[in-house]
Amino acid sequence: MLTLDWSFYNWDVISNFVLKGLQFSLMLTVVATLGGVAFGTVLALMRLSGRAWLVWPATVYVNGMRSIPLVMVILWFFLLVPFVIGRPIGAEASAVITFIAFEAAYFSEIVRAGIQSIPRGQVYAGQALGLTYGQNMRYVILPQAFRNMLPVFLTQTIILFQDTSLVYAIGAYDLLKGFEIAGKNYGRPIEAYLAAAVVYFVICYSLSALVKRLHARIAIIR
Amino acid sequence: MQWDWQVFCEDTITREVQPRCFGPGGDITYLEWMLSAWGWTVSVSVLALLLALVVGSVIGTLRTLPHSPWVVRFGNAWVELFRNIPLLVQIFLWYHVIPALIPALKGVPGFVLVVIALGLFTSARIAEQVKSGIQSLPRGQRYAALALGLTTAQAYRHVLLPMAFRIIIPPLTSETMNIFKNSSVAFAVSVAELTMFAMQAQEETSRGIEIYLAVTGLYIVSAFAINRLMAWIERRVRVPGFIASGAAGGH
Repeated sequence: MLTLDWSFYNWDVISNFVLKGLQFSLMLTVVATLGGVAFGTVLALMRLSGRAWLVWPATVYVNGMRSIPLVMVILWFFLLVPFVIGRPIGAEASAVITFIAFEAAYFSEIVRAGIQSIPRGQVYAGQALGLTYGQNMRYVILPQAFRNMLPVFLTQTIILFQDTSLVYAIGAYDLLKGFEIAGKNYGRPIEAYLAAAVVYFVICYSLSALVKRLHARIAIIR
Repeated sequence: MQWDWQVFCEDTITREVQPRCFGPGGDITYLEWMLSAWGWTVSVSVLALLLALVVGSVIGTLRTLPHSPWVVRFGNAWVELFRNIPLLVQIFLWYHVIPALIPALKGVPGFVLVVIALGLFTSARIAEQVKSGIQSLPRGQRYAALALGLTTAQAYRHVLLPMAFRIIIPPLTSETMNIFKNSSVAFAVSVAELTMFAMQAQEETSRGIEIYLAVTGLYIVSAFAINRLMAWIERRVRVPGFIASGAAGGH
């Protein structure tokens, strides 16, 4: 039986490796959520517009992204972005662009379901008040849609946080990488992977418990 | 830029283009390597799916048992454990940590460990669907089965589970497609599947775009094939009068 030795996890190791990685993972999660929701909303509006030249590019984009493994998308962007803009960008910058583009496809489906969950009468009421399409979306439909979709949004964000570990494929410095390097430096890879699992579990479990409570509250109000 | 699709006909060792794209004797071309990688992707996915279906159904069923709070708690803990740790971290746990803690698992090939990791990760998601499938059945079905004199086990086996599985076919379809996509994470422990092939072949040949396009194409073909197969199964097993409800999947 192997004995575990945790003594190397002093404050220096945690702040130099673990927190550095955690900072990137959290930043990537927040930026990809905000960017993905913004871009995803545009895609959802395109798909709901009823105009073929807007509908089909958005549909192809969303279905395309959803049928490729995230790791492949990460590799694609890592290869293509420097090719397109003509100079190399780091793994971290490439990861940010990839996650915004990839998550937009998933968020757009959530937004689309959210918009479609709004009763037709709301749309007509807005039109009857004399609101333009844009005003109607902005003041009537989208605020309600986002509220209805909040629990699903947050669940998707938790999945997103877990998926940030896949930047491993291009060697970006995220939470998992931080643990791995700390483990390598001190010759304790087993403890490093175990600690990584515990930290991811604690973060994701607490967040999903919060989402569950929020879901219960929203369900009562409606 | 210039396309160079001939790269697939190149021998992986001498980098010479082979006539007919298949290496003579024991040599292999990039095309052959890619097809074998596709085979590994399919094998990992199918075996993991079988494991996930078996374990997920058991755990999902346990979570709906009446009057057994501890069994339900065990099922809930299982689901929370396996869905709150990223798949990649779980694969590392199975590959690096568990064989070190349990010496009996030392000789087990990485392929098997990846199947276990992916299978148990997905079992949590399938357990969730099986549970909600069973709970979505009208309560009368359970009572009717029990009133007929069936034991709890018989009620599940002959009444509840056959109905529940038909209801959850649409989310199971997404989950099957997810397993295929998630099998790509096996590259991290050097299983010779499609993503691993893509990374290594792009490194060796510098023809990343052609190679990634071909690999992406194979993933899309696989996903589409699963989609059609599941749609066929869904039509075959449909219960008249019941409309299957869809649910969104993750990635």
